[in-house]
Amino acid sequence: MTRSIDLTRRGALAAGISLAFFGGGAYAAAGDKKLVVFIQRGGADGLSVSPPIGDRNYRPLRGEIAIPDDQALKLDGDFALHPKLTSIYALAQKGQARIAPAVAIPNNQRSHFEAQDVLESGVTQVYGSTSGWLNRTLTAMSGRKFEGMSIGNQAPLILRGPVQAASWSPGPVSRGERLPMILTDLYHNDAVLSRAFASGLETEAMAMTAGATMQSGGARQVAAQGPAAGNAQARQLGTSVAGFMMQPGGPQLVAVSIDGWDTHANQGGVDGTLAGRLAYLDSVVDGLQKGLGAEWNNTIALVVTEFGRTSRINGTRGTDHGNASTAIVMGGTLKPGGIIGDWPTLADGKLNQGRDLASTLDVRGLFKGALSQHLGLDKRQLDTVVFPDSAAIAPATGIA
Amino acid sequence: MALPDKDTMAAIAVTRFGLGARPGELEAAKNDPKGWLKAQITRGAADQPPGEWPTSAERNIAYREAQQQRQQLQRAQGNATPPGRPGAAADMQTVQRQQLQQKLAPQPGQPNMQQAQVAGDGAGLQEEFIGRAQLAASTDASFRERWVLFWSNHFTVSATKGQTRPLAGPFEREVIRPSAFGRFEDMLVLSSSHPAMLFYLDQAQSTGPNSPRARNAENARLRARNPGQQQQQQRIGLNENLTREIMELHTVGVHGGYTQNDVTEFARAMTGWSVGNPQDGAQNAKFIYREQNHEPGDRTVMGKKYRDTGGTQALAIIKDLAAHPATARHIAQKLAVHFVSDDPPPSLVTKLEQAFITSKGDLNRVANALVDADESWAPAQTKFKTPYEFIISAHRSLGVAPLTTAPRPQQGAQQMVLQPLQQMGQPPFAAPSPKGWAEDTGTWASPDGLIKRLNWSQVYAPQVAMGPREPMKVAQDALGKRLSNPTMLALAAAESRPEALTILFMSPEFQRR
Repeated sequence: MTRSIDLTRRGALAAGISLAFFGGGAYAAAGDKKLVVFIQRGGADGLSVSPPIGDRNYRPLRGEIAIPDDQALKLDGDFALHPKLTSIYALAQKGQARIAPAVAIPNNQRSHFEAQDVLESGVTQVYGSTSGWLNRTLTAMSGRKFEGMSIGNQAPLILRGPVQAASWSPGPVSRGERLPMILTDLYHNDAVLSRAFASGLETEAMAMTAGATMQSGGARQVAAQGPAAGNAQARQLGTSVAGFMMQPGGPQLVAVSIDGWDTHANQGGVDGTLAGRLAYLDSVVDGLQKGLGAEWNNTIALVVTEFGRTSRINGTRGTDHGNASTAIVMGGTLKPGGIIGDWPTLADGKLNQGRDLASTLDVRGLFKGALSQHLGLDKRQLDTVVFPDSAAIAPATGIA
Repeated sequence: MALPDKDTMAAIAVTRFGLGARPGELEAAKNDPKGWLKAQITRGAADQPPGEWPTSAERNIAYREAQQQRQQLQRAQGNATPPGRPGAAADMQTVQRQQLQQKLAPQPGQPNMQQAQVAGDGAGLQEEFIGRAQLAASTDASFRERWVLFWSNHFTVSATKGQTRPLAGPFEREVIRPSAFGRFEDMLVLSSSHPAMLFYLDQAQSTGPNSPRARNAENARLRARNPGQQQQQQRIGLNENLTREIMELHTVGVHGGYTQNDVTEFARAMTGWSVGNPQDGAQNAKFIYREQNHEPGDRTVMGKKYRDTGGTQALAIIKDLAAHPATARHIAQKLAVHFVSDDPPPSLVTKLEQAFITSKGDLNRVANALVDADESWAPAQTKFKTPYEFIISAHRSLGVAPLTTAPRPQQGAQQMVLQPLQQMGQPPFAAPSPKGWAEDTGTWASPDGLIKRLNWSQVYAPQVAMGPREPMKVAQDALGKRLSNPTMLALAAAESRPEALTILFMSPEFQRR
């Protein structure tokens, strides 16, 4: 691609003329398989996300932060969803959401940053890769036209790597076409800036037609303005993400970071700190799912976190860094079934190091299951490119 | 390794070590760039933002009161027309509500920011942040200020919790600035005992399971007759959040050789380190050691036994952690990454590590070693500015501080600093985790990040374009030897002053340092 084409293209875009031209017209979003990965940063408490109501050790361990039986949203006799996850529960009722209640990263890192690194890099060695597994999925699918996008102001590791992924966060849309052209020229010999800037401009153009609305603040600021307003904004965020995914040339692989899960103290039960974050997550999912419309049938959305939390409530009415947690798997054409993976139980002898829910499913197995069954990636690509040296980790079966 | 020419060194001194050149600053640094930096290294404290500031205790108390008032107001509003109540009671509540509303309402004549704080949450977070931004934009010692920013990020207190909102700013003023070039151990002790950190990482309520207080509480719980009452008795116990982060982030680092058991033992030793309540009198909202919360017994941390000396048991552990060789290595690596390169030369890390060890953590000596090292002066610009550094350096290039750039100064700070930082992913005093802000190009040079910087430049440039200097002169004064030919050509071809300034701000050499 020559530079002059780039500039022409930008000119057309800035004038709002033609997205078909921009997208090349060679492919459209409809019918494309899509994958959204929500990352709960801070270590989400799986035992509150999906309370194991049938486990007789759950209530004694949890004390005042246990979700009362009459308020838990029951999936079956053994598991429920947190009362704030109403939209996800509605999906579950239709067979469009399932939980994997005991998922963990390969090694039991207790540092947020190491654990997030392993979760996103897809390798077992901490800081062992500068690219993320979702970016390598783009590489692995190079035969097909696939785009990746992260939501948030900072580029997360999961989508960093050889393929330039788009990124977007709510904010005012830029105007004018001269400066983008001048800067594109100025960045010509700067590998990092040229490719990031080109991607940014494309996303901006897409934002104009995707109806991604302007919002002045990030999730945290919004949350501070009150739960109702925060959840409305969260729903709008989900709708905006869907808007991008529905565009011709829009992203098929999307990563959304949601922080605020590190509940060492006063985490609350039905209400409280954690409940607020769950309500936020539920609203984003709701906005996304409704925004995608019929494309929801081509989408799988995963909710994962770097680690779960200690099984027992701590001395400050919170929980500390643990091991396994809950992953949520959603999609319009999910295969029916119960939980994904086994339940190790909270029995005394079953806890990891005597303190945490043990893992029964390597998170890479869950990712592999989604990538193979939903996106059609083959085993060789999964075992070598996307998750290097992972042949021993079998894909979770029966997802899509 | 040969050093670059003096002009390049001046640019490195002022932009890589400093916060970007103000007009005339490159000239001032050119004669002796190393000397220019070393003159900024003090024997102890760094500068404070201009003006008088409340203490952390005052901030904390004012914040609590504002919270209580708001809760009262909410209750009064909620009960405004209680069904079936006598009219008199309703009237009383109406009067009470009106009084409270008046108290909380913006007063005429006050600047907007002030109103926002009174009507907002009373934390003073924004004025604290603007104060430091003014200092950063106007100081003649911007290496000293960057040094503060580094340590402030190392000991992150994020205002993402209610309790830390009023304290993140005071923490920097009371912990980081006074000890910026002093001993690392002193800064660590100050940090670990400051109410901001004690709240942020949940230490304030950590209680030993076998402490007198826990035993009393357990007895009271057992005496309670019904389960409801039992439930209401506050649960108390250990919290290991702070001790984990002291080890992982502040001192030896995640591979520093400690185990989960060390974290827990350290947490047991630290029980009792807390923050005073109103009933604690003079210690209200200040550090307090509560003997009755302390877990009795000797502790073993990283193979060393610590006798139970009460409040000083954790202090002894903290001092040993400060002096641990892994701490020197961890700090050296972080400094090299912040100041020189995302992937710094190992020889530079070794030099900083040695300076740290031989000086017993004297940060004055470590700062001098950083300036002395030839590796610090590699000409390639490999560091990408964070959003804050970008916005501050743009202000510096024009020789103005954030408050004076808009027709309505307070709004200027709000619109040109606080909101944009939020949009660029670096909201004021609100790092996403105790690890602080990311340092690497990969994080900040994102597609969205660049677009947000362009949007900011396009709004900011017209406000400052009518200054006395031509944009080309602004560019030369800001970048000196680093101003590239392509950027000069683009500046020369710009169709307006605002466009030229936007090109300058967005140029690759201005975005990096």
